[in-house]
Amino acid sequence: MNPPRIADTARSPHTRGMRDVLTLLLNGENRQFETSARGPLSVLGLLTELGLDMRKVAVERNEEIVPRSRYAETWLASGDQLEIVHFIGGG
Amino acid sequence: MDQAMTDQDVYAEDAWTVAGRTFRSRLIVGTGRYKDLEETGAAIAASGAEIVTVAVRRVNLSDPKAPMLQDYVDPKKYTYLPNTAGCFTANEAVRTLRLAREAGGWNLVKLEVLGPPPLLYPDMRGTFEAAEVLIKDGFEVMVYCADDPLAAKRLEEMGCVAIMPLGAPIGSGLGVQNPAMISMMMEHITVPFLVDAGVGTASDAAIAMELGCTAVLLNSAIAHAKRPVIMAQAMKHAIAAGRLAYLAGRMPRTMGADPSSPLTGLIR
Repeated sequence: MNPPRIADTARSPHTRGMRDVLTLLLNGENRQFETSARGPLSVLGLLTELGLDMRKVAVERNEEIVPRSRYAETWLASGDQLEIVHFIGGG
Repeated sequence: MDQAMTDQDVYAEDAWTVAGRTFRSRLIVGTGRYKDLEETGAAIAASGAEIVTVAVRRVNLSDPKAPMLQDYVDPKKYTYLPNTAGCFTANEAVRTLRLAREAGGWNLVKLEVLGPPPLLYPDMRGTFEAAEVLIKDGFEVMVYCADDPLAAKRLEEMGCVAIMPLGAPIGSGLGVQNPAMISMMMEHITVPFLVDAGVGTASDAAIAMELGCTAVLLNSAIAHAKRPVIMAQAMKHAIAAGRLAYLAGRMPRTMGADPSSPLTGLIR
């Protein structure tokens, strides 16, 4: 169902330049991010780029929670599925 | 009720505790289906509720600066109770609450695993499955369930911190359709016991409280009233009235009249 993932994404800083476009399934939509100019993208970088208030959202990557304390060190790889959620009104 | 307490004490000391947290208000309100966030905030303030249920949903990435619930319903002032509304499988419910815990940093949650529309009746198999995983994972689970005494007891034994059967289908406003079953279920439950769905107007909430429920959880009855803020006040009073009536202990029902005025000393 999903494209193959880079197994150890923690190493992606060293793979800079190998891949210029990062394709993520973000809240159910395919989104592409240029990585050639600024290098790999972390969850922290993604949230900043999206303009989200980090204190009010939670992130799941490939069905696993990404703890807030690990946003900066969690590197994203093409094919990653991300859910970014927040609280809304509900009963 | 302790006979040594004065009437004043009975009300003054009336509070309830769930998962170690103590609350005065016995009304839990949802934050959904309001016209806008301002009305949500105003209605919740008027209800006097201390716990509010909230849903977990995808952020709208095309409008990241849109106002958020937290701006109108302060999480420092109200206890947020994340729910799993809209979850039809145990896995969805578990993932949703793990995200909620990360977003808010608390363990107290409301679990509901629903069957298909139009009834959205509690799916008890999915509910058991999710409850087991969540409890193992350190959550304190307040659970929405069918009005099934065996299921409720089993959920309590598993470690759920509150049992919350429906009075009627979610959002139906049909009122407490099962007062006898609610009463009978309550007999065997020691953790807080709430009616969670079906309340349509103030008298329904009062009935649930008169039956002896610990508290009532409702949303649409306020949000879908023509004037939600006024209905929120009505609910606050109804919950208090129902609770006091329960504490007071109602008079027995008798078939036939029993006049209040003396039958002696009448003029002839």
